[in-house]
Amino acid sequence: MIGGTEMDIQTLETYARQVRRDIIIMTAAAGAGHPGGSLSSTEAMVALYFDVMNVDPKDDKNPDRDRFVLSKGHSAPALYGTLCERGFFGREEFDHFRQLHGILQGHPDTKKCPGVDASTGSLGQGISIAVGMALGAKHTGKKCHVYTIIGDGESQEGLVWEASMAAAHYKLDNLTVILDHNGLQIDGTNDEVMSLGDIKAKALAFGYDVIEVADGNDMKQVVDALHVPACPGKPRYIILNTLKGKGVSFMEGQVGWHGKAPNAEQAAQALKELEG
Amino acid sequence: MEKKAVRVAYGEALVKLGEENEKVVVLDADLAGATMTNGFKKAYPNRFYDCGIAEANMVDVAAGMSTMGLIPFCSTFAVFAGRNYDQIRNGVCYPKFNVKFGFSHAGITLGEDGGSHQAIEDIALMRVLPGMTVFVPSDANECYQCVEAAAKIDGPVYIRTARLATPVFDPRPFIVGKGNVIRDGSDCAIFTCGIMLEHAIEAADILAGQGVNAALVSFHTIKPFDEELALRYTAKCRKVFTVEEHSVIGGLGDTVASAIIGNGVEKFLKIGINDVFGQSGKPADLLKEYELTGPQIAEKILKNL
Repeated sequence: MIGGTEMDIQTLETYARQVRRDIIIMTAAAGAGHPGGSLSSTEAMVALYFDVMNVDPKDDKNPDRDRFVLSKGHSAPALYGTLCERGFFGREEFDHFRQLHGILQGHPDTKKCPGVDASTGSLGQGISIAVGMALGAKHTGKKCHVYTIIGDGESQEGLVWEASMAAAHYKLDNLTVILDHNGLQIDGTNDEVMSLGDIKAKALAFGYDVIEVADGNDMKQVVDALHVPACPGKPRYIILNTLKGKGVSFMEGQVGWHGKAPNAEQAAQALKELEG
Repeated sequence: MEKKAVRVAYGEALVKLGEENEKVVVLDADLAGATMTNGFKKAYPNRFYDCGIAEANMVDVAAGMSTMGLIPFCSTFAVFAGRNYDQIRNGVCYPKFNVKFGFSHAGITLGEDGGSHQAIEDIALMRVLPGMTVFVPSDANECYQCVEAAAKIDGPVYIRTARLATPVFDPRPFIVGKGNVIRDGSDCAIFTCGIMLEHAIEAADILAGQGVNAALVSFHTIKPFDEELALRYTAKCRKVFTVEEHSVIGGLGDTVASAIIGNGVEKFLKIGINDVFGQSGKPADLLKEYELTGPQIAEKILKNL
């Protein structure tokens, strides 16, 4: 493990910047994909794969490894960038993102892509699968921890709350649910489309041990939150207040970049902004 | 003849399987007393997970558990195959996870609870999913065999079971994907599945009394389907009738039709639920209302010979 020192935070930030570049390169090459929610959840995925989770790219089926489920599966570009930088596959795969016979499908596919623990994309299901993994890990006596990132728009799915109820019922303290709270979804803001209300109060009421991170795109804050020891008998819920499109000026806070790829000119500008 | 509900056999089979295989876990959605998984719950309380009245979550939880090397059997009513469908499709079948679905109370013979609870579409829903094995056991003995086979298949399996007590036939050989010839014949072929076997046998008896020598084949596996056997009896009898307690759209009838079309079929008729929902009533009365009793089946066949 890298640990949470200032120096290492810088290293993690470097990886995050590279993953953001990957997101732009991938979506621009494919002419499709979801940059907005990928860019808002980049710190979380980099922190998980480089600092928090016990995973080994050379042994990606190890039964005792920690698991990650990208419940908001459309943020696949951030996951693919992270997995690539972590060594699960080579950069050449980016050329085949969303292409015929590629391992980097439009949404994560556990059958095709090394390091992907569950196939997601149908919203609400990933968190439910993660609950099953955590329950199964406890049942089989595995010490592994299960992490999942859900979206705020995704939280409008009833299944998210069915899964949450089960996570508390089965006392899954080996489960961490991370909310990428960027406030935007396809049709507008959460409040315009379907208000989430007091999401923190809801998570608490469902029996989670809740941590709120003021800036979910600040690597140190994210890493610190992920390192808080588990609360015995309770699943963890981390609210990351993030910015959709983070790191690319013209995408930041813009709902239009939820599921649209940058053209060549826009990609060039974005990559320039993301230079280290 | 001894009678036993296929769902009761499902519950008993799980207990036996649980004894032999520690990886087997059972999930239910507050229906253990109806799906008959309560026997497993009693025998192996640490391997039984009640997911509450949240069928969708149950399926994805099972998906997650399967990734930890477990073999989860999910149980609820067959009518919820629709409610769970996205989870079964994307959560289980798409990644080809090793999850089994033992759904009970299928068909109109569920009875008094009425049309809202009578699954007439579940076979159709399940058989279109890539990689899904679909079992429709005709009696308790075949259900034991289906459960045993399901545990050995690496991938999703659907087992459709019925609520009411039905005859227990002598055990037959069981091979996944192979139909069983109940009786040979040459004047026409009756293909059936599930608990309609009892009524199809009665129909064949009636036909025999009228001098019609009907072959009768029971298919416990709808997918992968025994096309070879269906084609053999089509070639031999040329007149084919399918009998099922399911919509005539998408079930056994359409499975057979796809297998035999263009192969010398002289006459083909699907006997089942004719694109309508069921209603409350006693199972026997419902079978009569929807023209699925032995005499009614025989009559339809005679008219179409």
